[in-house]
Amino acid sequence: MSATAVHSLWTTAATAADPIAKIDAPKIEYGQLSPVLIVIGAAIIGILVEAFVPRRSRYYTQMFLSAVALIAAFAAVVALAARGYGTTRAGITAMGAIAVDGPALFLQGTILLTSLVGLFTFAERRLDPEQHGNRVDSFAAQAAAVPGSESEQKAVKAGFTTTEVFPLLLFAVVGMLVFPAANDLLTLFVALEVFSLPLYLLCALARRKRLMSQEAAVKYFLLGAFASAFTLFGIALLYGYAGSMSYGTIAQVVDGTVQNVTPALADTMGNDALLLVGSALIVMGLLFKVGAVPFHMWTPDVYQGAPTPVTGFMAAATKVAAFGALLRILYVVLPGLRWDWRPVMWGVVIVTMLVGAIVAITQTDIKRLLAYSSIAHAGFILAGVIAATPSGISSVLFYLAAYSFVTIGAFAVVTLVRDAGGEATHLSKWAGLGRRSPLVAAVFAVFLLAFAGIPLTSGFSGKFAVFKAAAEGGAAPLVVIGVISSAIAAFFYIRVIVLMFFSEPRPEGPTVAVPSPLTMTAIAVGVAVTVVLGVAPQYFLDLAGQAGVFVR
Amino acid sequence: MNPVNYLYLAALLFTIGATGVLIRRNAIVVFMCVELMLNACNLAFVAFSRMHGNLDGQIIAFFTMVVAAAEVVVGLAIIVSLFRSRHSASVDDASLMKL
Repeated sequence: MSATAVHSLWTTAATAADPIAKIDAPKIEYGQLSPVLIVIGAAIIGILVEAFVPRRSRYYTQMFLSAVALIAAFAAVVALAARGYGTTRAGITAMGAIAVDGPALFLQGTILLTSLVGLFTFAERRLDPEQHGNRVDSFAAQAAAVPGSESEQKAVKAGFTTTEVFPLLLFAVVGMLVFPAANDLLTLFVALEVFSLPLYLLCALARRKRLMSQEAAVKYFLLGAFASAFTLFGIALLYGYAGSMSYGTIAQVVDGTVQNVTPALADTMGNDALLLVGSALIVMGLLFKVGAVPFHMWTPDVYQGAPTPVTGFMAAATKVAAFGALLRILYVVLPGLRWDWRPVMWGVVIVTMLVGAIVAITQTDIKRLLAYSSIAHAGFILAGVIAATPSGISSVLFYLAAYSFVTIGAFAVVTLVRDAGGEATHLSKWAGLGRRSPLVAAVFAVFLLAFAGIPLTSGFSGKFAVFKAAAEGGAAPLVVIGVISSAIAAFFYIRVIVLMFFSEPRPEGPTVAVPSPLTMTAIAVGVAVTVVLGVAPQYFLDLAGQAGVFVR
Repeated sequence: MNPVNYLYLAALLFTIGATGVLIRRNAIVVFMCVELMLNACNLAFVAFSRMHGNLDGQIIAFFTMVVAAAEVVVGLAIIVSLFRSRHSASVDDASLMKL
C-alpha cells in the first residue's frame, strides 16, 4: 500500500465531504453481556461504597452487594443458557469482541459460583480471636501500614478492616468472566490484566505473616507482568501475521481459507515464523496462568504466601478462566496449526503431571502441597485439552467445574486449623487432627480423596472424562503417564489422611476454630458438589457435552 | 525506511527487556524492564499497523499504554510496601518461602 493511501486512513483532505457521517454506532448486545455488566456495575458501586459509606457499616454493605451481584450474574447466565444462547443461538457479540456460546456460559457459571463460595471465605470474621473488641477477617487492618509498626497497631486498635477486598474480588471476577469468552486478541489481553491486577493486590493483604504475603505479591506481580508481556508480543506477531485481531479471521488465515488476500498482507501472511512464534508466546502466557510446568515457578510461593481465602479463590477461579481462554485459542484460532502445537503440548503435559506429583511428595507445608497438587491437576486438564476433539472440550469443562469446588473447599478447611501464630500450615501440626476434630479431618479427607481421583468423588469422574477424551484423541501414552502420576499423587494425599487419623496428636498442637455459617457454607458446598459429581455425574457430563461447541 | 526494520528494533528492545528481567536484582529495575518489553510490543503493533494499512495496531497501542499505566499503579504499590517493611527492594532478599 502506498504511503499516501496509508496516510489517508487517519488524515482527510480538506475538501472531503463529512467523513464522520459514515461511522456507525457500535451495536452492543446488552442482554447477552448482562453477567459481565452486572458484576462490573457492582464493583464500581463497591468503590463508591468505600468512599461514602461510614466505616462500621461498610463490611455488611460490601458483602451484601457482592453476594447479590454474583447471584444475579449467575441467574443471568442460567437465563441465557435456558434461552439457548449456549447452543442454537450462540453468537458473537459486542462487535466481535466477546463470544457467547456453550463453553463461555458454562465457564462463566462455574466462575460465578466459585466466586460466590470464595466470597463467603473472604467475609469470614470468626476464626481469629477478637482484637480490641473487634471481629477481624483474614485481611490486613491497613495495607499501607508497615508490618509491626506503630501505625499498624493503631489501625488494629481502631478496628480498621480492608473492605476493599470485595470490589477487588468483583473486578477480578469481571476479568475472569470475559477471559474465556474473549473473541479477539485485544479483549483477551485486557481481560487478562483486569483479572490479574486485583489478584496481585489481594495476595499482599494478609493479616498474619504479612512479610510473606508481600513477598508472594511481589513475586506474583513481577512474574505475571513478565508473562503478560510475552503474551502481548505474541499478540503483536499474530496481528502482524493475519492483519486482524479477530479469532475468526486469524483462524481463516491460518487455515489458508481466507477469501481475498489484500496486497498489504502478502508480505506477512506467508511468514510462518510470525505465526509459530506468535502463537507459542500467547500459549506460553496462558500456560503461566494455569501454572503448567515449566511456567509453574510462581505457584507454590504465591499459594503459600497469599491469604488462604485468596489462595482458594485464585486456585479455583483463575484456573477455570485461563483454561477456558486456552481452549478457545487452541480450538478456534489455531486448529489449523494443531500438528505443530500438539507435540509441544504433549511434552508440557507429561512434565506438568510428573513434576507436580513428584515434587509434592517432598512438601511439608499444606498450602505448598496443595499448590503442587494444583500443578499436577493442570497437567491432567491439559491432557484433555490436547485431545482436539469435541469430547476434549466437554471433559475439560466438567473437570474444571469439579476441581474448582474441591479446591476452594480444601483451602477453606486450611483456614480453620489454627494456632497462636494464625493458620497452622505445617504438616507436622496436622498430626492427629482426626482425633481432636473428626468432622473437619473427615471433610478434608473427602477433598483429598477427590484430588486423588478415588471413585465416588468428583475427582474420579473428572479424571475419567479427560483421560477418556485424551485416549480417543490419540494420546494413549499420555493416559498411561497420567495414571502413573495419579498414583504418585495419591501417595501423598493418603499420607496426609494417615497423618491426620493414625498418629498421636501433639500436646501443643493447633486448635480447630469454629467458623461462622459463611465458611461452613463454603465447605458444605464443596463437599456436596464433590459427592454429587462423583456419585451421579451423568447430568453434569451431559450439560458439559451440550456446552462443548465453540462459536466461530 | 522499510518498516521491517522497526520490527527488528522491537524484537531487540523486547530481548533487552527480557534479559533485564532475568539478570537484574532490584524489583524496580526488573519492573522497568517489563515496561520496556511492553513498549517494544507497542512498537511492533504500530509497525505492523503501518505495513498492513489498517488502524487496529495503533488502537491496541493505546490500550497497551493504559494497561501499562494500571500495572504501574499496582506494581509500585506492592514494591513500595515491600521496600517499607524490609528496607530493600532486592528480589534476592525476598526468600522467606524457600524450600
